[in-house]
Amino acid sequence: MSDALNELGAHIELKRPDCVLSWDVAFGELNIDVTPANIAGFIEFLKSDANCRFSTLVDVTAVDYPERAKRFDVVYHLLSMYQNQRVRLRVAVREDEMVPSITEVHPSANWFEREVFDMFGIIFSDHPDLRRLLTDYGFRGHPLRKDFPTTGYTEVRYDEAQKRVVYEPVQLTQDYRQFDFMSPWEGANYILPGDEKSGDGNA
Amino acid sequence: MDGSKFDDGSVDALSGEQKIRNFNINFGPQHPAAHGVLRLVLELDGEIVERCDPHVGLLHRGTEKLMESRTYLQNLPYLDRLDYVAPMNQEHAWCLAIEKLTGTEVPRRAQLIRVLFCEIGRILNHLMNVTTQAMDVGALTPPLWGFEEREKLMIFYERACGARLHANYFRPGGVHQDLPDELVDDIEEWAIGFPEVLQDIDDLLTENRIFKQRNVDIGVVTEDDVLQYGMSGVMARSAGLAWDLRRAQPYECYDEFEFQIPVGKNGDCYDRYLMRMEEMRQSLSIMRQAIHKLREATGDVLSRGKLTPPKRGDMKTSMESLIHHFKLYTEGFHVPEGEVYAAVEAPKGEFGVYMVADGSNKPYRAKLRAPGYLHLQAMDHIATGHQLADVAAIIGTMDIVFGEIDR
Repeated sequence: MSDALNELGAHIELKRPDCVLSWDVAFGELNIDVTPANIAGFIEFLKSDANCRFSTLVDVTAVDYPERAKRFDVVYHLLSMYQNQRVRLRVAVREDEMVPSITEVHPSANWFEREVFDMFGIIFSDHPDLRRLLTDYGFRGHPLRKDFPTTGYTEVRYDEAQKRVVYEPVQLTQDYRQFDFMSPWEGANYILPGDEKSGDGNA
Repeated sequence: MDGSKFDDGSVDALSGEQKIRNFNINFGPQHPAAHGVLRLVLELDGEIVERCDPHVGLLHRGTEKLMESRTYLQNLPYLDRLDYVAPMNQEHAWCLAIEKLTGTEVPRRAQLIRVLFCEIGRILNHLMNVTTQAMDVGALTPPLWGFEEREKLMIFYERACGARLHANYFRPGGVHQDLPDELVDDIEEWAIGFPEVLQDIDDLLTENRIFKQRNVDIGVVTEDDVLQYGMSGVMARSAGLAWDLRRAQPYECYDEFEFQIPVGKNGDCYDRYLMRMEEMRQSLSIMRQAIHKLREATGDVLSRGKLTPPKRGDMKTSMESLIHHFKLYTEGFHVPEGEVYAAVEAPKGEFGVYMVADGSNKPYRAKLRAPGYLHLQAMDHIATGHQLADVAAIIGTMDIVFGEIDR
């Protein structure tokens, strides 16, 4: 299985060296890092090349890494029903960068790109209809960014006096609790109770 | 006299508003045939649909955001709440993703139980879909008959895991608890009687004139549409593509089961109905084989290790087991860094989980890829040119459930 994937990865890199930044096979899956500028052309190539024929777009999504300069990874999953292979393309983009839309190649990317725009605020250029998809009409912010709080900023309630639904800032009777059960020996990034008295605070 | 002139030959002044224009209507969000909270903005020319803009997200609960702040085990119940018609199939994808990242081998008995319950899920889903779609096009009896069988199946769910719908039964590394022998016997007994019920529904619908008039040649999808719009499952197979992940990319132990994959010829709603009926029969056959194998495969249902709790007996005698149990249910297990995509052939199509793990006890990012999402997206393409009444038939046959589309 992974022999075939290695072969496929090498083939793709050979054919389109201008698009492929790097590729690797991990957990039995082929990952290819691609430059944002040529993504549409590259996916078109994957669709039409006889050895690839990745004719089905399975998924488009993004991952937020706030600490990186190129903050987002836009991730494309493609499937070839003819070659029975899958491939994952990763495109790293900055927050202010636009990604070319692939709706021309795969019409199914339409909603996926709308959702990524909705959830992460990544703008796809040449998208025919880049509206929000899943969030409320008139929603502000991009919920799946790591700096967006899980509780959100507004809450809705039906107001009996005004006879309509009103939006208000979130007020929680109890703070939203993030339990941290990480063991203090590995990964806990807080001061253990009692340790605050010691000199540098984290002895 | 064409009505535009009066007797004296004078005519009405025509204002812009009197010109014939297309009519926009809202279909839903509270329409019984919208299968949940779908709002379709339809542009109609008379009765013909010119444009169809689905507004989704009314059931959006932010599952993916919530998942980022919960441990892998705590996230499992969220999967039940996606496609609530066949909950265990979704859990399966989540477990497969974790098992792929951690390299866990699932014991044979657990694999067979998973296959058995996935197929029960498939029958649950298809029963619901076929019969309510029939209701959308005017038949009232099938849902009553179908839901009776669903009830029996949900009791099997309940006897296995304690809940009728939100099972939380599949766990990374196996299944939560072993099945009692009586339950396996009862499932087998049910599988003997079920073909008769299926035949009754078949007799009621398959040659029914109204049902055929409403479904034949409605909502035709071609192979090209399937690829363009990324369809999967029954939608893809109805266009003649023999693509089933259970066969093409076998997961669990599906490769040792014998079953046929029904493929459609015309790609219309009627084909999809026939295929779902046949898939139920095939699922039944898989269930029988699984039960047969289950009787021979006696063993543990969890691969004991870091991912799974220790046996109750061990906890009474071993301090390490007790600590492990406590740590597992508070901190949770850690999953090595990496990203995987695990897909299963859910009843509605390819359900996938894309998981990015950062080595901690919580997923860094989890994306749930629902099959219905892409099918609904193709609604504009498929419904355009059909009549308004056909929209209900098409939505029904696409197998739309909002839990998984809105997430």
